[in-house]
Amino acid sequence: MTASHTLDVEQLTLGYKDRAVIESLDLVVPPGRITAIVGANACGKSTLLRSMSRLLAPRTGHVLLDGREVHRMPPKELARTLGLLPQSPVAPEGITVADLVSRGRHPHQRMLARWSIQDDAAVAAALDATSTADLADRAVDELSGGQRQRVWIAMALAQQTDVLLLDEPTTFLDVSHQVEVLDLLTDLNRSRGTTIVMVLHDLNLAARYADHLIALADGKLHAAGTPGEVLTEDCVRAVFGLESRIINDPTSDKPLMLPLGRHHVTA
Amino acid sequence: MTTTTLQAVTRGRVRRALRRRLLMAVLAVLIVAMAAISLMFGQTYYPPADIWHVILGETVPGASFTVGELRLPRTAMALIVGLCFGMGGVTFQTMLRNPLASPDIIGITSGASAAATLGIVTLKLTGAEVSVFAIVAGLAVALIVYTLSFKDGVAGTRLVLIGIGIAAMLDSVTSYQLSRAGQWDLQQALRWLTGSLNGASWHEVVPVLIALLVLGPVLLARGRDLTMMQLGDDAAGALGVRMERTRLVVIVAAVGLIAFATAASGPIAFVAFLSGPIAARLFGNGGSLLLPAGLVGSLLVLVADFVGQFAFDHRYPVGVVTGVLGAPYLIYLIVRTNRAGGSL
Repeated sequence: MTASHTLDVEQLTLGYKDRAVIESLDLVVPPGRITAIVGANACGKSTLLRSMSRLLAPRTGHVLLDGREVHRMPPKELARTLGLLPQSPVAPEGITVADLVSRGRHPHQRMLARWSIQDDAAVAAALDATSTADLADRAVDELSGGQRQRVWIAMALAQQTDVLLLDEPTTFLDVSHQVEVLDLLTDLNRSRGTTIVMVLHDLNLAARYADHLIALADGKLHAAGTPGEVLTEDCVRAVFGLESRIINDPTSDKPLMLPLGRHHVTA
Repeated sequence: MTTTTLQAVTRGRVRRALRRRLLMAVLAVLIVAMAAISLMFGQTYYPPADIWHVILGETVPGASFTVGELRLPRTAMALIVGLCFGMGGVTFQTMLRNPLASPDIIGITSGASAAATLGIVTLKLTGAEVSVFAIVAGLAVALIVYTLSFKDGVAGTRLVLIGIGIAAMLDSVTSYQLSRAGQWDLQQALRWLTGSLNGASWHEVVPVLIALLVLGPVLLARGRDLTMMQLGDDAAGALGVRMERTRLVVIVAAVGLIAFATAASGPIAFVAFLSGPIAARLFGNGGSLLLPAGLVGSLLVLVADFVGQFAFDHRYPVGVVTGVLGAPYLIYLIVRTNRAGGSL
């Protein structure tokens, strides 16, 4: 579980039909760390994650996991090393938490093979890690937004991948649940060395929780590095077209972005 | 991981698996009972012993013909087309994540039906040719509906609406063919409009049985991939499902089942549409619904055919009975999704 995998993006160009979304992108995901991808709406963040997990074939360029091209790997083999939690997965009507989390075991099962004790152990570990064991027999539809997101993360954890990609795991959650989810991912990273790559909307939470920050603008890499290096007033202006002030967050010693709108700015 | 959680997970899984097996067994027993009732009752009653002798191939005066040549193929046909419609229907509903996306709503059954009537009335095809023609038409309609609704991926709602339109066009082809068929008797006409098991014979049962034995296992082998697709295309793909290949295999297999069954019995109304949701209600959405929906389909057709034959003083084809059952459910589905704020 602690084996660190390299995940590299080389000269990647992605698009739908005639529209290019990502152009000639080069990225290195630091193994065993938490990486956050930030950028304006529709700048290609989700598209990039989809391509990194084989769901969208590149027009040109490569996505390499341990030097192997992910688009040429057998899907189940890839899914045992690299997992993706998409932005809005669908919970089948009436499915129980235990059944949903169990679906994370799919890449570890052969076509007609029986359920094994290892599968049970992985599901139990995922439920414990996300504090959802008490909900195991409840229907997913009945849960609150925060609980539901924990259950989806549990499903991704049951997949037992060393690399986990998450597309906006905190969207639609109130601030306490956002922090809860990010704490959970940090626990996972620290206890198992899981490489985490997540798309986040909230710049300040991204700066707080990520070891490595990637800022995308118009399908191109604007900056990559530690939050201190990346999150600058120039960067926010270039990526979001927003004036801002960056101060030091006294609670975490990370940069904190204060937006400057047209109103209510006194100093 | 704590051992109590592990124990709870294992216990929960074993309990759900037991419940699933128990429900399957109950359905199987009900099917066998219903099949036995359909074989025993009719204008003449034959005791179970006579029927058993006929099944074993012994000659029983009277029963050998009535049971062996009339009731047995009819019952076998009900059982087999029920399985085909149930499995084919739930495949589409699961894959497209929409209970309305059943082959009998989105035009696939109508396509097979239109082709069968066109083949019989105008092209003078017979037997296996009709089946093949119906299957090709079913696949073609599936392809057309799929292509027309493709725009940055397939949206269930768009596909359903386009399918309903195509179905209406194809149904008019069927009606036109029937109006041209002069010597067509009422029972045969009804078969192609609502589905009927009247006059089912062994040479009609054999092709659909072979289709079931070939395509059924193909579909069942993809059962787990199909349940993964319920999570959405991205989530399923990220869990290692080969989406394009799975979609192609299950569409061809499901359309094949539906088309063979339609060629044999006509489009028995709403069986494909009803079986999946009933199975989901009984079994929950935890595991694959293919086999449960197939069993529900079988039971539905057997019961509806028996009711149609004997519950009223007039004999109705099986499709009339299933139609009466299915229509309220269709309305219920539309009302419920409207209340939930869905677009369909």
